Amino acid sequence: MADGYNKPIPIPQPESDNYWEGAKAGELRLRKCDDCNQAYFYPRNICPDCGNNNTSWIVASGNAKIHTFAIVHRPPHPGFMDDIPYVPAIVELEEGPRMATQIVNVEADPSKISIDMAVKVVFESITDEISLPKFEPA
Amino acid sequence: MPVMDKLKNLSGTAAIVGVAESDKIGRTPDKGPLELHAEAGRNALADAGIDKSEVDGVFTAGYSTYDVAEYMGITPHFTDSTSVGGSSFVIHIAHAIAAIQAGYCEVALITHGQTGRSDRARAGANPGLPSAQYESPYGIIGPPVAYSLAANRYMHQYGEDRTREAMANIAVSTRKWANMNEKAFFYDTPMTFDEYHDSRWISWPFHLPDCCLVTDAGAAIVITSAERAKSTKKGGVSILGAAEGHDHAVLHQMPDLTRTWGRHSGPQALEMAGLTHDDLDLAMIYDSFTYTVLATLESLGFCGPGESPDFVADQRTAPGGDFPLNTNGGGLSYTHPGMYGIFTVVEAVRQLRGETGKRQLDDCNLAMAHGTGGLLSSTGTVILGRD
Repeated sequence: MADGYNKPIPIPQPESDNYWEGAKAGELRLRKCDDCNQAYFYPRNICPDCGNNNTSWIVASGNAKIHTFAIVHRPPHPGFMDDIPYVPAIVELEEGPRMATQIVNVEADPSKISIDMAVKVVFESITDEISLPKFEPA
Repeated sequence: MPVMDKLKNLSGTAAIVGVAESDKIGRTPDKGPLELHAEAGRNALADAGIDKSEVDGVFTAGYSTYDVAEYMGITPHFTDSTSVGGSSFVIHIAHAIAAIQAGYCEVALITHGQTGRSDRARAGANPGLPSAQYESPYGIIGPPVAYSLAANRYMHQYGEDRTREAMANIAVSTRKWANMNEKAFFYDTPMTFDEYHDSRWISWPFHLPDCCLVTDAGAAIVITSAERAKSTKKGGVSILGAAEGHDHAVLHQMPDLTRTWGRHSGPQALEMAGLTHDDLDLAMIYDSFTYTVLATLESLGFCGPGESPDFVADQRTAPGGDFPLNTNGGGLSYTHPGMYGIFTVVEAVRQLRGETGKRQLDDCNLAMAHGTGGLLSSTGTVILGRD
């Protein structure tokens, strides 16, 4: 854990334990409905499409493209004071679902990042228990 | 699905008979939120000429109705704390119509009060909510970051330069309206296009003037049956259409970052009223951000997807323009305490009554007030008409 990490830290919940265990192990785990044959995000036991419980976990490829991004200059939380400018984003995973994340290892400049740019997952360990899936240019 | 035949029967059966702000808006460090609710509630009842003992329906968001009612000394027989962000108080209007027509209450009081400027402290996140696990850790916290993400997607689809110019048009035209409203936070502060473009970034693509104010303020609305409205102090402003809904909570679950639920609530409210866009004299559209207005105009059907930049070009929405928009100065330049929706209704009612002084529109007979809540999540639309 980075010393003095003071950003919001996810607290695993009954439906997300496995997601965060996966992230810690370097895997981006998604829920998939075996009736709809479709992956979805965020993890929940009940398929948001058909409402059935016939759902399982899959490991995502980690490949995605940027659906949108922003460049934050005024931190909305004190924990991000040293990070500005940073790049929050929504990415579309190869498996279909979208998730919120940050784009890292890129200059926080709108001319250096583009929507539809290919990105791949990287994991940032923030505590002994939690690693955050982030994305960098592929 | 909504049953339009039934809704059409509700059109015009209830009326807004009182509107008000709290005694002071802007900066009220000596007042708590409940006091702002109560001040606004008292003032709206006075505007209607109705005693609080006659209030039998209470509606609010942010607090529970029992907190507000207890403070004000009201014991309602109907109570509704529907809380879906800044659109809630517009949505309460539909609920009030339904409650009055069903017979649950006769005099509905909707109150709002927030000290967004004076508290500034954020409530702790509920770790069980998806935002706490899947958005906040990435610094996607609060509306400016979330809405800027949506705005960039719009720019990508419809062109960055024309979107930027449209956002500037909204910021500048709304400021001009604020300069005509002495209650507005920026009443004394004009803004040029150059000042807009030169201002600092909050969350790119948002400049500071793309973002709403953070103020202290309260407002309230009194609604009763069309029949009873006739005997109130100022008579009623008829509620002709009302619709609501939502399609997500956290931003990354939004089906299309350029389309809000207004695509349903706008057409539904208009159809209930038996009106079209061209019939309206005034649009009061929640402007949490300049981008919110662009996405909302398209969603409501005033223009097609990607057409807002042309629709708002050349200061068409400014004083003197042929599409008057947010004549109080909006969330951008008048007031925005956190959940602003109720103020769109207050201004629409005042314009319909002819009470807005130098910013008063000529022949304002029909108006739309539209609230957006959460992260572009929920909307409520009402169509109001002068009786």
